[in-house]
Amino acid sequence: MTRLSNAFRADRAALITFVTAGDPSVKDTPAILDALVEGGADIIELGMPFTDPMADGPAIQAANIRSLTGGTKTADILNIAKNFRAKHPNVPLILMGYANPMTIRGADWFADACEQNGVDGVICVDIPVEEDDSLGDSLREKNIAVVRLATPTTDAERLPQILSNATGFLYYVSVAGITGLQQAAQNSIEEAVKRLKSGTDLPVAVGFGVRTPEQAADIGRVADGVVVGSAIVELVEKYGNNATPHVKDYIASLASAIAAAR
Amino acid sequence: MNKQSNSFMNQPDERGHFGQFGGRYVAETLMPLILDLEKEYRKAQKDPEFSAQFDDLLTNYVGRPSPLYYAQGLTEDIRKNAPADKGAQIWFKRDELNHTGAHKINNCIGQILLAMRMGKTRIIAETGAGQHGVATATVCARFGLPCYIYMGSKDIERQAPNMFRMKLLGAEVIPVESGTGTLKDAMNEALRDWVANVDDTFYIIGTAAGPHPYPELVRDFQSVIGREARAQMLERKGRLPDLLVAAIGGGSNAIGLFHPFLDDKEVDMLGIEAAGHGIDKEHAASLAGGKPGILHGNKTYLLQDEDGQIDEAHSISAGLDYPGIGPEHSWLKESGRVRYDSVTDVEALDAFQLLCRTEGIIPALEPSHAIAAVAREAVKMNQDQIILANLCGRGDKDIFTVAEALGTEIG
Repeated sequence: MTRLSNAFRADRAALITFVTAGDPSVKDTPAILDALVEGGADIIELGMPFTDPMADGPAIQAANIRSLTGGTKTADILNIAKNFRAKHPNVPLILMGYANPMTIRGADWFADACEQNGVDGVICVDIPVEEDDSLGDSLREKNIAVVRLATPTTDAERLPQILSNATGFLYYVSVAGITGLQQAAQNSIEEAVKRLKSGTDLPVAVGFGVRTPEQAADIGRVADGVVVGSAIVELVEKYGNNATPHVKDYIASLASAIAAAR
Repeated sequence: MNKQSNSFMNQPDERGHFGQFGGRYVAETLMPLILDLEKEYRKAQKDPEFSAQFDDLLTNYVGRPSPLYYAQGLTEDIRKNAPADKGAQIWFKRDELNHTGAHKINNCIGQILLAMRMGKTRIIAETGAGQHGVATATVCARFGLPCYIYMGSKDIERQAPNMFRMKLLGAEVIPVESGTGTLKDAMNEALRDWVANVDDTFYIIGTAAGPHPYPELVRDFQSVIGREARAQMLERKGRLPDLLVAAIGGGSNAIGLFHPFLDDKEVDMLGIEAAGHGIDKEHAASLAGGKPGILHGNKTYLLQDEDGQIDEAHSISAGLDYPGIGPEHSWLKESGRVRYDSVTDVEALDAFQLLCRTEGIIPALEPSHAIAAVAREAVKMNQDQIILANLCGRGDKDIFTVAEALGTEIG
């Protein structure tokens, strides 16, 4: 978890990038992750594909299908994590996905697997704080960060509950909706980040609908982290196994915009 | 309500758990909404005006109580092939006679009243066979709310009459191409709509599944089936039935029939899942062929692989074609209170025709699964014993599917 806290710096926002594991294939994912790091990503979110990604928009849904159709197994994803850890010892890696693939072999099994393969944190889309005991306890025991989501529907009463056992950072989902479709207005993001930061010492990262370097810079001015997902996944969709140079250039454009923002 | 510790009727707990099952596994955006829904439902439960409105609509709009019917033709037909003195009396709860032709309307009435109490102005729903879609479109037309129905493209193909009914009722039917184009994909898409429209939208879930409080409130609204049947049976026969039988997709008609009888120890219960082409092949029997997992807001038995990826379900009946089951059924299975078994496509088709011929009733393919099991059980039971099965839907919508399966043409 130290890796994760080190990734948030005082002088600029962290760039947090998401891709789906096994998209376009298990073989191609390691090079895409390298491209993210080389482009300047500070934290990697590796998506665990699921047959029923209820919270995702068309781009990430399609990536899930491409990955699973190609035969991606949980063992492949853990193996990708392990190799990533060996190659990039200082870059934090987070697994993001849905409850069923994470808990099917038991929460302890998954926490062990995260620990053994160098995973620093987990974002589970459909385990809210009310069901935390079905995964969170096991992860915290292994010192794996349990990253919680806050949304525009999170009110003052609910926020302390979400934060009660959150670790790593707080992920602000800036739009009530699915991934990749719209972006929230800058002033609403600014207001929300201020509100969230008054309730926690955790870094606050903002995501959903972030596409352009300008948007990333705007968010980077007010938040501790900027999350970009669907836009990268769309590049992978467009360029397939030739995606790495395109991904690297795109990430570099985001990273330099964020670096210049403050 | 008096909650006894030895009762089977006091589930779920305060967190919406039925034993290890149920719960609230949803995206954070939806959490405040389902907490609000729970609050509003608790208020409604204590509000005599709510129950008065619900009861009035069930009586005068839906046509309740539905009859309890002794199926003499079917009983006698089954006795012909039964061992001497065997062949239980078969009774049907006639929920196919409800307005819109299935039990689904009971739940829709309850949920739209809740939606209006919460000030919601837009209704969404998922549908498989189209019965829940039709029932939702019906209550939306009745109360003047815009209605959007998500339906898998494969289901639209095999349930064309219901598709047209929904359009006539003013609903917009949104075809879902993702996944296999069936009920689970329609549910994913409805959840995506909901998460993007939390302010004004109410999601009328069609079965006793999904995040808490849905499994509980759908069960409560459907329990009118069991309460009526219990009273009707006591009045007609002076005793309770020996065995209850109902088909299960998500399981709302079954839990509606079973729940009021759960503490009647002398009453056995049998839930019937869809075995499709066979339990060792493609099917939709989550309890028989699945294991516990998390999908669509709840923990329950699911058809899935070793990595927790959800398998495709198959049943000839679009209403049973779902890889999960309501969480209370998972709990009732593990607690041993209810027995679960399955019936194949072929057996259901046979039972469909059997009921047409012996009773002059065209059942939906969903309860045809229950009828096949009734025939199987009746021959093992004595003639003075009573089986009560829920005839939860009528078969007009299925005639094209049946014609195709039988290799004949309509007309």
